[in-house]
Amino acid sequence: MKLDIGYVLRWWARTSSFAKATADRGAPRGVLAVLMGLAFAASAQGARIGDMQETVFVEQVWRFFTMKDAVVRTALLGSVFLGISCGLLGSFIVVRKLSLFGDTLSHAVLPGVAIGYLVAGQKDPVAIFIGATVAGVLGTVMVNLIKKTTHIKEDSSLGMVLAGFYGIGIVLMNRIQKLPTGTQSGVDKFLFGQAAALSSVEVWMIGGVALAAVVLVLVFYRQFLIGSFDIGFAKAMGLPAGLFHYLLMMLLAFTVVVSLQAVGAVLVSAMLVIPAASAYLLTERMHRMLILASVFGIFSGVLGAFFSFLGNSLPTGPLMVLAASSVFTLCFLFSPRHGLVSRWRKRRSREARIRNENTLKAIYQVRESHGFAGEGVKLTDLAERMNEPAADTRRRLADLVATGVCDLKEIEGKSFAFLNPDGWLKACAVVRNHRLWELYLTNQAEYEPDHVHDDAEVIEHVLGEETVRRLERLLDYPSEDPHGKLIPSLADVQRSLTQVSPGEKATGYRMPNQ
Amino acid sequence: MQEVPLETHDLTVAYDKRPVLYGVDVQVPEGKLVGIVGPNGAGKSTLIKAIMGIVPTTGGWVKVFGQSFAKNASRVGYVPQRESVDWDFPVNVMDVVLMGRYGRIGLMGRVSKADKEIAAESLDKVGMLPYAKRQISNLSGGQQQRVFLARALAQESDLYLMDEPFVGVDASTEAAIIELLRELKNRGKTILVVHHDLPTAQTYFDMLMLLNMRLVAFGPTEEVFTQELLQKTYGGRLTILSEVANKVREAK
Ligand SMILES: Nc1ncnc2c1ncn2[C@@H]1O[C@H](COP(=O)(O)OP(=O)(O)OP(=O)(O)O)[C@@H](O)[C@H]1O
Ligand SMILES: [Mg+2]
Repeated sequence: MKLDIGYVLRWWARTSSFAKATADRGAPRGVLAVLMGLAFAASAQGARIGDMQETVFVEQVWRFFTMKDAVVRTALLGSVFLGISCGLLGSFIVVRKLSLFGDTLSHAVLPGVAIGYLVAGQKDPVAIFIGATVAGVLGTVMVNLIKKTTHIKEDSSLGMVLAGFYGIGIVLMNRIQKLPTGTQSGVDKFLFGQAAALSSVEVWMIGGVALAAVVLVLVFYRQFLIGSFDIGFAKAMGLPAGLFHYLLMMLLAFTVVVSLQAVGAVLVSAMLVIPAASAYLLTERMHRMLILASVFGIFSGVLGAFFSFLGNSLPTGPLMVLAASSVFTLCFLFSPRHGLVSRWRKRRSREARIRNENTLKAIYQVRESHGFAGEGVKLTDLAERMNEPAADTRRRLADLVATGVCDLKEIEGKSFAFLNPDGWLKACAVVRNHRLWELYLTNQAEYEPDHVHDDAEVIEHVLGEETVRRLERLLDYPSEDPHGKLIPSLADVQRSLTQVSPGEKATGYRMPNQ
Repeated sequence: MQEVPLETHDLTVAYDKRPVLYGVDVQVPEGKLVGIVGPNGAGKSTLIKAIMGIVPTTGGWVKVFGQSFAKNASRVGYVPQRESVDWDFPVNVMDVVLMGRYGRIGLMGRVSKADKEIAAESLDKVGMLPYAKRQISNLSGGQQQRVFLARALAQESDLYLMDEPFVGVDASTEAAIIELLRELKNRGKTILVVHHDLPTAQTYFDMLMLLNMRLVAFGPTEEVFTQELLQKTYGGRLTILSEVANKVREAK
């Protein structure tokens, strides 16, 4: 299936009423000509690859969004309800780390679907609902039984029950397919879902479960929250935490069962987990997570139903999950806190900051080595100090200039870097952090002086002002580092910035005369 | 007549039929700061959980202020072990402390302004008010512990059960918390604290409960904190034993 804008344009062009309307309003001839041309091209091409198909495609889109069709309405409504209940229940599944349980449950219901069909002799939603629920409960009981009576761990028992029940389900499904009425049975749709095959009874059932989920979560939000976060504490307060746990599990089971027709047993758990996991990346509050997960659930459900409808009844489940996965990918990349892109950007900016701070420190050190005599620092001196080619240093300085704390001036054919007061303050701060930390390690932590430099190289960039104050207090406002160099103190630096007395003996904080 | 905050009789607990706690009889008087000590796996957490009905008991009974726990649950505050929850859970500090009010709010009620004020006060008492809006995963271990303590304070209970509230807490915070507990005690509250450090246990608590799958001893600290009883409690673990024995000797 191709999503080509050309298709749409050609279709518009071909509807004569549109062309006429455009002409009547005296649209520029050029537009008309283009449209005519498009129409011609379309009909020419249409004649080649089959006019029918294109008309069908656009009409399908039209039919879907106008919801004129009863089938579309049912499918759409079903997907919306499904998105809501999957989003809500899925959020609880994700924060309670029950994803694997959800997966097992959704596979375990399959034999129940088949047996429900066999007992009723047709695709009877109620019989299938009952069969699926019973099978789901049975699967859950078995997981617990294995866990309780053996020392097999929960993940293994979940895996076994999942595969075992699913296997039985597939065998039974095959039986049904081989029955005389089998090919028309529609049970195969329970594997991968078909929203268009939803009957109105089924939509009512999905709607009922969604409504129940919304109402219960709204009314008992706090109970579900505390039961998920700290069930022991809930019990310790005398709250009926066990009851709410079972209520949640029951809602989950019903959600899975009624979603089967639309999403299919194989992928229900994905519709539970993926929208909720996407929401989990975006927010740090449970109520927002519930809302976001529902929105993502609805979006994925509707999109899946839409593409399934367009693609002449492609299975809905995989398409919904595809839509949900796309949402997740976007969240994964662009979530403000946890997103890959924002994390990468944060790292980049941190690296840039560290680089600039290192440059500032080097400028300080060059000035220090000259007894803070000159105000400017020669680029070549800086390059030597940083042990790099002058071209690299020039780039480094250009970066620093871009942050607005430094000027680069040409004096007699040589480049000099001048820090402004802000830059000087920052340079002093980095040097102070470095030397304070070294001193702390040697004095308080009793490291040898030759062990401390590398550590300080890292720490100097991350020490906050509060920590620096604490360190200064702890070390009794020291003036020299373990190597005998001066430590610019915060107070000194600030004083030197406000009162520049030209003659004062350099402790390193005198500002260059601007 | 003075109420007995906590009384157990022949309390027995088993996990999957494996008994971990046998026949514990205790009667905790009002207004005491009680330490529960014992080696790892001694059943300290289990005892606390059994008292509150979090784990089912296989025998005996528990009375809280003369009645079943269920009747008086609102008079009991709880600080679970920090590892018992997932600290990546999408809630912030205030959300967690407000949970301490849920028992009083009831199933359907709403969180009132008064509840929020009480939660804020509790946070303030443990010095965590500035962190109220912080997501809980961004807290250090000691801060998490303080949040749990604030949640228990928000419960406004008469009996507190605390499971290792000092794990991961720095010395100054520990001192502040002990100060807080003493203040609660002076207001007539009864506090049971599971504690791992024996030397400080001796100074912190009025009474000690020595536990190792059974109740080894329970009584005023000066009577119970003896080399003989500690040896009984920690029996078989020579390294700990000698270490403790030394400390005991030092203390005397
Ligand atoms: N949920 C459980 N299922 C099965 N056994 C358990 C469970 N919880 C605890 N146990 C076992 O019960 C015994 C007592 O555990 P408990 O947690 O009460 O010890 P503890 O004294 O609190 O130890 P720690 O100092 O390590 O916290 C241990 O042997 C433990 O392995
Ligand atoms: Mg414990």
